[in-house]
Amino acid sequence: MDKQAKATDNRRSTPDTAIYSQPTPLTGAETVWATLVGEGVRDVFGYPGGAILPVYDALRKFPIRHILVRHEQGAAHMADGYARASGRVGVAMATSGPGATNLVTGIATAMLDSIPMVCITGQVSSKVLGTDAFQEVDITGITLPITKHNFLVRRTEDIAPALREAFRIAQSGRPGPVLVDITKDAQQNSAIFDFAAAAPQPYRPHPMLSADSTSIRETLELLRTAKRPVILAGQGILHSGAMEQVRALAERTQIPVACTLLGLTAFPASHPLNLGMMGMHGESWVNHAIQQADLLIACGMRFDDRVTGSLSTYAPNAKKIHIEIDPAEINKNVRVDVGLIGDLKEILETLLPRLPGRDGAAWLHAISAMKGDAAVHDIQQLPDNGHLYAAHVINDIWRETKGDAIVVTDVGQHQMWEAQYYKHDSPRSLITSGGLGTMGFALPAAIGAKVACPEKEVWVIAGDGGFQMTCPELATIVQEQLKINIAIVNNGYLGMVRQWQEKFYDKNYEGTPLLSPDFVKLADAHGIQGAHVRRRAEVVSAVETARRHPGTFLIDFHVEQEDSVYPMIAPGAALHEMIRRPKHNPLVETATEE
Amino acid sequence: MLHTFVALVEDKTGLLARVTSLFRRLNVNIISLTVGGTETAGVSRTTIVAEAAEDRAPRIMASLYKLEGVLDVDDVGRHSAVIRELAMLKIAADQSTRSDLFQLAEVFRARIVDLAPESLMMEITGSASKIEGLVQILLQGNYRILEMARTGRMAMRRGHHASQVLEALGDTTPRIDPKTLSGALKLEDENHA
Ligand SMILES: Cc1ncc(C[n+]2csc(CCOP(=O)(O)OP(=O)(O)O)c2C)c(N)n1
Ligand SMILES: [Mg+2]
Repeated sequence: MDKQAKATDNRRSTPDTAIYSQPTPLTGAETVWATLVGEGVRDVFGYPGGAILPVYDALRKFPIRHILVRHEQGAAHMADGYARASGRVGVAMATSGPGATNLVTGIATAMLDSIPMVCITGQVSSKVLGTDAFQEVDITGITLPITKHNFLVRRTEDIAPALREAFRIAQSGRPGPVLVDITKDAQQNSAIFDFAAAAPQPYRPHPMLSADSTSIRETLELLRTAKRPVILAGQGILHSGAMEQVRALAERTQIPVACTLLGLTAFPASHPLNLGMMGMHGESWVNHAIQQADLLIACGMRFDDRVTGSLSTYAPNAKKIHIEIDPAEINKNVRVDVGLIGDLKEILETLLPRLPGRDGAAWLHAISAMKGDAAVHDIQQLPDNGHLYAAHVINDIWRETKGDAIVVTDVGQHQMWEAQYYKHDSPRSLITSGGLGTMGFALPAAIGAKVACPEKEVWVIAGDGGFQMTCPELATIVQEQLKINIAIVNNGYLGMVRQWQEKFYDKNYEGTPLLSPDFVKLADAHGIQGAHVRRRAEVVSAVETARRHPGTFLIDFHVEQEDSVYPMIAPGAALHEMIRRPKHNPLVETATEE
Repeated sequence: MLHTFVALVEDKTGLLARVTSLFRRLNVNIISLTVGGTETAGVSRTTIVAEAAEDRAPRIMASLYKLEGVLDVDDVGRHSAVIRELAMLKIAADQSTRSDLFQLAEVFRARIVDLAPESLMMEITGSASKIEGLVQILLQGNYRILEMARTGRMAMRRGHHASQVLEALGDTTPRIDPKTLSGALKLEDENHA
């Protein structure tokens, strides 16, 4: 069978439902797949090797699509992108030793962004465990601080309970990655498979959850008396599925909303109450509004240093209400006045019927005044000065896709420009590594997103640096016959680092100028079509070509090399002390220094 | 300041590593850590003394609770509690110094548990300050402490207080086999300052 046929013929058999209705003897390897099927899994991203081979051997009996990756880091990012796009648990699989260690960056990425994911690794046989056997590595030890939990399974009968528990843990409370390491002999031996009996312990809510009537009353009172309130919208809104509730809160109280990077799609960009992104590269009026606020209502966000700037000067006059599922986040970075600890949706449902009426006009008016000339005018109106700016590229992709695509970004300047110039109106339509800031994330995560949501248009927006970290996954795209549009924002530099060198290291561009292959030829070598774009006039037609093309299409956008992301908060500076766009900047009409 | 936490955890391999790894990750130094059995089979009790700013206790507790297998956490340092530590000291001693050491042991309610021609071993149970008091007196008296082993603190709240979590789990009946109790009971009424 040729490879492509093999790849597409992956969802082979129909499920054998008998094994779920009565206890049946299965090998450990079969148990792995049977449990995954029972948990509703349809797709697994993985890479085989000796210690996981029994599991691969049993795959043909189960209705699961296996996507062969080119590096296990890719498998983890794919499972992660799959989860971010769909809300379902992503599954990655690898062999022991180097296969397992290659997952590590992807697991940490999911951990820092609270993404539900289950990683399954093969392990050497229990008889040689602890002897430094060939390809033995203590992966449960290595991943201990970067997983929500992990398991080392040595016995066949423990496989199903551990896996089911892993799915429960990955999704409950604050989600996160779970790793299940299974010895080879546990895969090979047989045991009675009893799916129902392997059901996990019921979810035990964290004992420190609290949203008692006193805190609710205090919250309502703060909402009633606040003159300058701002809602801070984080990714927890997506996890909790509280988009409607947050919207109702904002609309009924006329309180404006500022979003974190990961919360950008939790509240529609086009909503009149949406101020935009806060933090290090947030627009000036957003950060000013936060600094001047007398009340912050933080919803499912964790006051990361990238959104607070210096803590001692953060929102000094604001009372703070923190609605959050993880008690360990309360008072971690920012002291709050009221902590409502629990599921955001439930807490907002309690608050909504009792919300006080407010007149928010004066504060909203004050914020629009702050925008003043800083408001992002339509950058489309700018005359073509012969240069190609990343902002234009991204803004054009937004206009052409009507804001309807899932955009998966890498990490760097292009990531921030995407956040500024692609206006997201639907939940989960931006997938990006926020907490760990993992370069190389975009391409594999986009594959995961496309597998999860085949009906959606998926765009990769990556830098020339990060793209080269995981570009072998182009072959995965071809083998799996996926249609993804890839935009490389090629500035010849590790741009975000170069920007820091420009601002804080006397333009000493050490280690940041970057040579790249001809990305279009690279795509061609994979049988993927592509185009170079060097002028602004060519952007729209290239984007159109990519979208029309039935297969994956790559566009290499050769943009201005020494462009910088503005506004910017220097490390250690206060949130309102932004470096604004310099006057001579060609994008001068967007928020300039007075 | 020093915090004293008591955590009840499932008696499973690797759980202790999770607990200590957590403290390392939170950048909190562990001063002492004890682990042992409890009234419930399959549940271990750890007492963790850690150095951290006063306001960090809630986050440490919340993070401990996030670990799978941690059943209950108590910040006993905030409550009226009995806190004890056991130390064993091997002290250089010959015929001429032995009797003085016996007297010292008497005063501190320590016990001599081993006697050799050139040394003796003392066992002392009590608060950390009592143990440190004994050590100080020994050093001032120019005794040579050849070896010292301290268990670190164990703590239990005074009065009728039981783990709310275990109660909620419907699991309060002591499952200790009365036969194993005999040795432990002796310590009960020791009244240390
Ligand atoms: C794996 C990894 N290594 C290093 C970094 C540090 N880093 C952050 S942004 C950046 C530059 C990214 O360059 P490029 O991919 O070309 O994107 P650009 O900033 O130019 O848009 C680097 C090196 C990182 N985030 N991740
Ligand atoms: Mg670059």
